Amino acid sequence: MVQPVSIDLGKEPGRGLGPDLGKKARLDRLAELTATGPDEGGVSLTRDAFRRLRRNPVALIGAFLVLLFILVAAFAPLLAPKNPRTLFLLSEVRPNFIPGSRAGFPLGVDRLGRDELSRLILGSQQSLLIGVVATVLGLVIGMSLGILAGGLGGKVDTVVMRFVDIMLSIPGLLMAITVALLLGFNQFSIMVAIAVTQIPIFARLLRGSMLAQRNSDYAVASRCLGVPQRKIIFGHILPNSVSPVIVQATLSLATAIIEAAALSFLGLGNADRGIPEWGSMLADAQDVLTVRPELAFYPCICIIIAALGFTLLGESLREALDPKFRR
Amino acid sequence: MARFIVRRLLQLIPILFGLSVLLFVWLRSLPGGPGRALLGERATPEAVAQINKVLGLDQPLYVQYGRFLGRIVRLDLGTSTQTGRPVTTEFFARFPGTIELTIVAMIFAIAIGIPLGYLAARRHGGLLDSTSVVASLLGVTIPVFFLAYLLRFLFAVQLGWLPGSGRQDPRINATHPTGFFVLDGLLTREWDAALDGFLHLVLPGIALGTIPLAIIVRITRASVLDVVNEDYVRTAESKGLATSTIRRRHILRNAMLPVATTIGLQTGLLLSGAVLTETVFAFGGVGSFIRDSIQQRDYAVLQGFILILAVVYVLVNLVVDISYGLIDPRVRVR
Amino acid sequence: MQRPNKRLAMIAATVIATMAASACASSDRSPSTGGGDTTASGGTMVFGAAGDPKVLDPAFASDGETFRVLRQMYEGLLTNAEGSSELVPALAESYQASDDGLTYTFSLRKGVKFHDGTDFNAAAVCYNFDRWYNFTGLTQSPSVSAYWQDVFGGFSDGATPSLYKSCSATDDSTAVIALTRVSSRFPAALSLPSFSMSSPDALKKYDADNLTGSGDAPSYPPYALEHPTGTGPFEFGSWDRSNGKITIKRFDGYWGDKAKLDQLIFSTIPDGNTRKQELEAGSIDGYDLVAPGDISDLGTKGFNVLTRDAFNILYLGINQGNFDGAAAAGINPKLADIRVRQAIAYAIDKDTMVKSQLPDGAEAALEFMPSTVDGWTDQVTKYDYNPDKARQLLKDAGAQGTTLRFYYPTDVSRPYMPDPGAIFEVLSQNLQDVGFKIKPVALTWSPDYLDAVQNGQADIHLLGWTGDYNDAYNFIGTFFDAKAGGKSKLDFGGYVNKDLFAAFAKADSDPDPASRTQEYQDLNKMIMDYLPAVPLSHSPPALVVAGNVKGLVPSPLTSENFAPVTISG
Repeated sequence: MVQPVSIDLGKEPGRGLGPDLGKKARLDRLAELTATGPDEGGVSLTRDAFRRLRRNPVALIGAFLVLLFILVAAFAPLLAPKNPRTLFLLSEVRPNFIPGSRAGFPLGVDRLGRDELSRLILGSQQSLLIGVVATVLGLVIGMSLGILAGGLGGKVDTVVMRFVDIMLSIPGLLMAITVALLLGFNQFSIMVAIAVTQIPIFARLLRGSMLAQRNSDYAVASRCLGVPQRKIIFGHILPNSVSPVIVQATLSLATAIIEAAALSFLGLGNADRGIPEWGSMLADAQDVLTVRPELAFYPCICIIIAALGFTLLGESLREALDPKFRR
Repeated sequence: MARFIVRRLLQLIPILFGLSVLLFVWLRSLPGGPGRALLGERATPEAVAQINKVLGLDQPLYVQYGRFLGRIVRLDLGTSTQTGRPVTTEFFARFPGTIELTIVAMIFAIAIGIPLGYLAARRHGGLLDSTSVVASLLGVTIPVFFLAYLLRFLFAVQLGWLPGSGRQDPRINATHPTGFFVLDGLLTREWDAALDGFLHLVLPGIALGTIPLAIIVRITRASVLDVVNEDYVRTAESKGLATSTIRRRHILRNAMLPVATTIGLQTGLLLSGAVLTETVFAFGGVGSFIRDSIQQRDYAVLQGFILILAVVYVLVNLVVDISYGLIDPRVRVR
Repeated sequence: MQRPNKRLAMIAATVIATMAASACASSDRSPSTGGGDTTASGGTMVFGAAGDPKVLDPAFASDGETFRVLRQMYEGLLTNAEGSSELVPALAESYQASDDGLTYTFSLRKGVKFHDGTDFNAAAVCYNFDRWYNFTGLTQSPSVSAYWQDVFGGFSDGATPSLYKSCSATDDSTAVIALTRVSSRFPAALSLPSFSMSSPDALKKYDADNLTGSGDAPSYPPYALEHPTGTGPFEFGSWDRSNGKITIKRFDGYWGDKAKLDQLIFSTIPDGNTRKQELEAGSIDGYDLVAPGDISDLGTKGFNVLTRDAFNILYLGINQGNFDGAAAAGINPKLADIRVRQAIAYAIDKDTMVKSQLPDGAEAALEFMPSTVDGWTDQVTKYDYNPDKARQLLKDAGAQGTTLRFYYPTDVSRPYMPDPGAIFEVLSQNLQDVGFKIKPVALTWSPDYLDAVQNGQADIHLLGWTGDYNDAYNFIGTFFDAKAGGKSKLDFGGYVNKDLFAAFAKADSDPDPASRTQEYQDLNKMIMDYLPAVPLSHSPPALVVAGNVKGLVPSPLTSENFAPVTISG
């Protein structure tokens, strides 16, 4: 398992569109770095990582943003002051005029007279939903493939990894477009499309860290003691291989939020534009850019904040779990 | 070395095979079947029957797949329903634009990314360092299309410094022997056409280059940090070598290996997917045509373009791998 | 009165031109070919089009972007007067209809040359008509020869009856066209670009009828792509299909007033925002389909926004579900109840919709044609916004809470409908307010949306129409007359209304214009009582040109003529 890239690629961020280049190398490297033995020097890995995480201001900012985003999304119907679909001020809207901020409408209204703030708040639900469902879907399928490959090894490993390589050979956005076209224009197809781009990432990641675990002393020892293969995989190897997956999942949430906006922007999003969603709000605002440019900036800022939160948290997690930084 | 290249080439075969199967299945799973998909929903039943015959839909699947492969090999990827021209013609008419754009974007990313990453690492923990870390994080979280809009709004619309869309001013009556507009202008000595073509590349190039830029900064910084702590650098320092010699001979040379890989891989990615940037700048490359094809449900174009782009992507990655093997002998002994 | 105005305009033009020249001196790039003309006329104009032309053979053209280019290079026997929908002579100096309305004698203009130098004469006219009538195979596909089939019906093979009977050249400048029956569409339809005169020599030389491929994605022969040859003020230059750029040049052998511009370039820029920014940046000199929100902004920046008279209609189609498979398609049977249709009409607040979503000058529609068309009347049943009445009607019909699947298109901007998604939101709110439940179905304009609507899949849908020529039948007949099988279009659910269909047949075949107008007025009243759909609005589509562009007259038929256009600076 000597990887072609022996230098640290581990600091490359999980980024927006498309599979990362260098992804294969990066993922395997990440797996090696973070998949550690069950016990190191008496200090629990998790506790140690958590301790360092708490001392890291970047992590705290990230965690704060993520928490804010999740809370807003969870309580959106309560937080939103108005119904996001009601055309409150339509009678005042003109082709060259959209009412701005005023009492009851702190961020003004969109070109249909709907309350912008309420739409932004409820839009967080869609983003979180797409992000979480897509990531969980990608995670579950990707992990299953990874467990198959990493746990069983041999022929299964070769076949699964060839399949993953094929998936990685199509750039992510093209892959997402292809899948979305197949499933039609709705929220669900966006989730699946994004999930598909994440599957190979998780599969490769988990396989890498499981392979590292399989040859570790404790696994070899268990095997010698006659512990059944299944028990070794699920009882020992897997639990010790998940930390890179958690890191990747956090970063993937950011990617998913941005990708969902990109797909909406390309016209592959939810056909019903009445549902508040940041990507389609941004696309709609392009038509009134000269009348009220703020309408394009608000959803964009929301997307950036949400994505940044997950990125910061994920990056700090990665650092916290990386033994190299444990000095 | 030859064995390494051959082995890498052989590994391509299953990938290309899988890719072709995937796209073959995809076209057959589209609503209405491949005939409808290729001709559009409004196709007459006769036309659909005709294309179904050409595709051999009455034949067993493996025969159909064989024919599909045969057509791919002959570069016959069907006809665009939007323009009525062969998909390959459409592709090669647009690919030069995308290549030009990629080159500009990568030059932008490299010219800024490497020095910035290096300086950040040398001043580790300093203001420049933390700024560059935050900026590169922001760089990957700002949606590309938003950045593109912002750039165009500021520099093309408000300030009017640079053209904000298209590949060349329609007034310029330039000849295009190669399809690379800047190169064409230089070849035919139509200097204004070359300059105009280049100016049209600046804003989309910057927009497209930000993500590679952010990644290059991070990788450069990380690998310089790694190398600086290596024993041989410390040895060199204790030997009393001049800082510039250490920088050149020990730090940069070793730190550049992963950066070079990243550059290669990013180039492959940009070549295959400037869909968003090209759309915002109405840039007549491969990406904006993919977007048009999504809107027009031009499945023949989508299938063909995705296939060609994936092959390009795989080939670029292969070249990067092989050249890496040339630089770093450790890779070969796997 | 004329003179001072003109002088004022000249001064204004000079001032603006000077300002423009000084403002953009640094970015001004002259064409590298450099036309020799340096007088006020000449120069190059670049016009931003929203889409590429499909083809440059008029016989195969059917969409606005294609028509715009063809209008400059081709002429038909008749045309529309500048800036109006009035029918005036073009290549025919005059025409005479026989008393029975079955024979038309056209006296042709003399001394007209095609761009290839050959003469235009009666033989050429008949060659063109016979070419269209004798189309076979692929050229008969509905999407290829759309307007021939729309206006004249079938071909010489007789599979479908044709309005066209024969054409004979009695002498060099007299062509006689015989019809099989009377139709109000002839000769008005001859002003359509689709019936323009092509050079018979060029048609033969460049293999004009040799289409290959399939009917829906045909590959066109050289004539239609590289050698279009008409008699118009501009002749073909080049077509760079990869970069969406068509260049046409002044035709110096033109019979009438020659074009002022040296060349005219149509550059395709699909996105509306991009077109606006290109104009502001100076890389194009004008564009079509100005977004309603941009009109005042462009005006204050010194551009000339030219608003056309509204010659269109936007309507909410209602599906009465009177066809096989309607139930399977999920069509709401309640829509066959006139009270439910009336409830829909009363529920809609047209005025607010028009004011907030459509450009200035748009108006709520009383009926399915604009007031400029003969046959329009204000004596129709009106459905003013009245939600209470709508609720009551729904209650009477026992249809409260009934669910309507509301279809609307995405990613499209039509002259009558700048933003369908926004209009959908407004209407669906109106309908929900009176107790309908709305299930939105958004589809891509072409082909998904048009297909779904034309196959009767939608309960209610948004669609509209821009008139091709000044004829009532071109509006209401297209929508509501009986189609195949004696039923209406499936758009409206294939309803059968014998009185209405009989009235259409009578009006369309009435050779007397005055009584025909009366019959169309009666038809409008019948339609607004029967309410097969709800007319919503007429919106004036706008185009814009830079301050230094003069002479472009907006046409209600969106068929502007660029020959008199000058560009200065």
